[in-house]
Amino acid sequence: MADSVMASDLVKKSFRVNKFPHIWCPGCGHGILMRAVAQAIENKGFDPDKVCIVSGIGCSSRAAGYMNFNTLHTTHGRAIAFATGIKLARPELHVIVITGDGDAAAIGGNHFIHAARRNIGITTIVFNNSIYGMTGGQYSPLTPMYDLATTSPYGNIEQTFDLPRLADAAGATYVARFTSYHVREGIKLIEKALDNKGFSMVEGISQCPTYYGRKNKKGTTVQIMQWMRDSAVDIKKAREMTSEELSGKFVIGEFKNRPALEYCHGYQKIIDRIKDEKRKR
Amino acid sequence: MRLMMGNEACVEGAIAAGMRFFAGYPITPSTEVAEKASERLPEVGGKFIQMEDEIAGMAACIGGSIAGQKSMTATSGPGFSLKMENIGYAAMAEIPCVIINVMRSGPSTGLPTSPSQADVMQARWGTHGDHPTIALAPSSVREAYDVTIRAFNLAEKYRMPVMVLMDEIIGHLREGVDLPEKPEVEILDRKNPDCDPADFRAYEVPEGDIVPLMPGFGDGYRYNITGLIHDDTGFPTNSNIVAGKLCERLMKKIEDNADDIAQYEITDAENCDVLVLTYGGTARTVTAARKAAPDSGFRMGMFRCVTIWPFPEEALRACVRDNNIKHVIVAELNYGQIALEAERILKNDAKVWHIGKIDGDILYPNEILNKISEVIKHG
Amino acid sequence: MHMELRLSGSGGQGLILAGVIMAEAALIDGKNAVQSQSYGPEARGGASRAEVIISDQEIDFIKVQSADMLLCLTQTAYDRYGKEPAAVLIVDDSIELKYPEPVKVVRVPILETALKQIGRPMVANIVALGVVNATLKLVSRESLAQAVLGRVPKGTEELNSRALDCGYELVG
Repeated sequence: MADSVMASDLVKKSFRVNKFPHIWCPGCGHGILMRAVAQAIENKGFDPDKVCIVSGIGCSSRAAGYMNFNTLHTTHGRAIAFATGIKLARPELHVIVITGDGDAAAIGGNHFIHAARRNIGITTIVFNNSIYGMTGGQYSPLTPMYDLATTSPYGNIEQTFDLPRLADAAGATYVARFTSYHVREGIKLIEKALDNKGFSMVEGISQCPTYYGRKNKKGTTVQIMQWMRDSAVDIKKAREMTSEELSGKFVIGEFKNRPALEYCHGYQKIIDRIKDEKRKR
Repeated sequence: MRLMMGNEACVEGAIAAGMRFFAGYPITPSTEVAEKASERLPEVGGKFIQMEDEIAGMAACIGGSIAGQKSMTATSGPGFSLKMENIGYAAMAEIPCVIINVMRSGPSTGLPTSPSQADVMQARWGTHGDHPTIALAPSSVREAYDVTIRAFNLAEKYRMPVMVLMDEIIGHLREGVDLPEKPEVEILDRKNPDCDPADFRAYEVPEGDIVPLMPGFGDGYRYNITGLIHDDTGFPTNSNIVAGKLCERLMKKIEDNADDIAQYEITDAENCDVLVLTYGGTARTVTAARKAAPDSGFRMGMFRCVTIWPFPEEALRACVRDNNIKHVIVAELNYGQIALEAERILKNDAKVWHIGKIDGDILYPNEILNKISEVIKHG
Repeated sequence: MHMELRLSGSGGQGLILAGVIMAEAALIDGKNAVQSQSYGPEARGGASRAEVIISDQEIDFIKVQSADMLLCLTQTAYDRYGKEPAAVLIVDDSIELKYPEPVKVVRVPILETALKQIGRPMVANIVALGVVNATLKLVSRESLAQAVLGRVPKGTEELNSRALDCGYELVG
């Protein structure tokens, strides 16, 4: 199903083509991830009038403007909080947040964990390029330790967040990760995230050849994507590997799919109960 | 007649105005607004959510409005500071919403349970950049109800965040009120487009309208909202020409309609020796002083602002000129914030004095009367 | 008629509720009333004070300026608020008076009555309301009883009505 629509048709239908070319650098992975999101929405057959794309600030967050849905480009880190308002006010909408590693895990970290805890029906796609790209290459909570950035010229000494584990611990009911190399798998994971009624988090690892790649001598875009191909291990396989075997690798795939009561659904139950009690009185 | 708290009356007003969404965060002394909203909203099919912080409370409130519901949040002092980021967003993206700020004593955490009126300039200039502001201040529990309805009407009419600057005096005051079954004023709703979605230009002001039309997300008009400078299609641009036009339109929609927004009350200004300018809970002190003034041997007029921003400057200047008033005392619980505004407005017309407090206490009627005596003696 | 009242005690004793009930009783009587409070950060303990103004006239200034009555249920509250003059002082008999006394002092066992006669220390505020109204005749007894019933938790109506009556009896 994933490729049932020709690329050009998908682009024409799901994007505001008059807004292209996009602002992302040549070689950036965000375009690949954005297309994967659009393909997953298309595959689900959602009515575009009922789809909202909410984004924050940063490279990732420019995606919203290019996508032909109800689109909201908010303030830095706050996309999930704005999206919470939209979803609760109008639960029938498909609310998708596109955010970045700094946007979601640093300035928006509180909103991220609490939306997960509430299990509100928002699908959050984190475009993780391991750096603050828009402001020129500063380290983020997802910049690997000892890597270089314009604000860690001697190497980053901060631990990184493991977003799937963070989302899982906070209460997200669907958690997955893919890379801009693993697009087919990614589309399927996003579709499943959209199927989940509660809070879903899908991390998409993206390449930033301009800042992260160049600063850390990761080579060309092709070389970075080859590294993604060679270093990513599917979670099913990873479960059978030792920590030595996993050293230098990272895990992709579906980390969690455990549906639970969605927040707006729980709230509607309260409204119905009050209405019922009133009628009985 | 019911005994009701200002904070509760504000929620009743909001519901009467059509509020069906509230997002907030608990903070003294505004918490009763959230508590009442959490109880009342599901009864009318509305939604309440307690967010993880003040910033999120403001963000979700804006989100609720974008989804088509009349939305509100409430806060005090430190929370008002945190909300500034997204208040600016609502001003820029022209999202109607209402912010209740029950002013408490600051700066910082200050005296959480004590009143102040020291957020009036923050309300005007707290978020960065030039932006319009509407702020209203009730002086009684009944007025908290009326002003909140008006705040929603203005928010919808001018598509922007509207602040209700309550103070702890009125927020926590209980007094008898008779609320009408139905609001006594017309309830204004945002205008929706009826054009073909393909022809919809999200930020174009139709001829004869003050603001662009605003469909809710999900209504079939797929458009873009951003806090960046945007053209009338709603998409970002770096054009200085577009930026200038947009920012000017945002300022002008309020400047040009200041008379419609201005609300004030003038009492005993004819032949008065001194005019006292005040607002909010302090107006209760000033009213008591005004009634006692003849016993002290002088005539005192009162100019009470219900609209703080845009400041009713034409009305104040006219009141001073028409009545040949030479002395204006501004009574407010701060270090002279509106006094500065009055000085600017009245620089050629009257001498402006100030009486205030920044210790968490309120002003007492005898303090107003003493200040008037002093002004008459030395002025 | 214009009466300014202060009701003080420790946080959790329900003095603010007592103030609310008194104000509501005044509204039932067709009078004007406002109620306000000053309180600290403590939900329990500390010193809490409610103010009520009852008047035939419109009430402009909302705070008590010269108290017609001060009620103190704890020593801490008396120590803190007892300095300010009041025409009538009503205190629990456990309180040691140390400030110059006003013309009229009513010193009765409010806390003990709640505990021993009703068996619930938390109804001390309602006992106190009975004492206050028996002393000052601010509102009609019926209105006060009605206001009490309108505000107390379901299932405690009888208990609170008895507490109110006990308050009246303390003054005789």
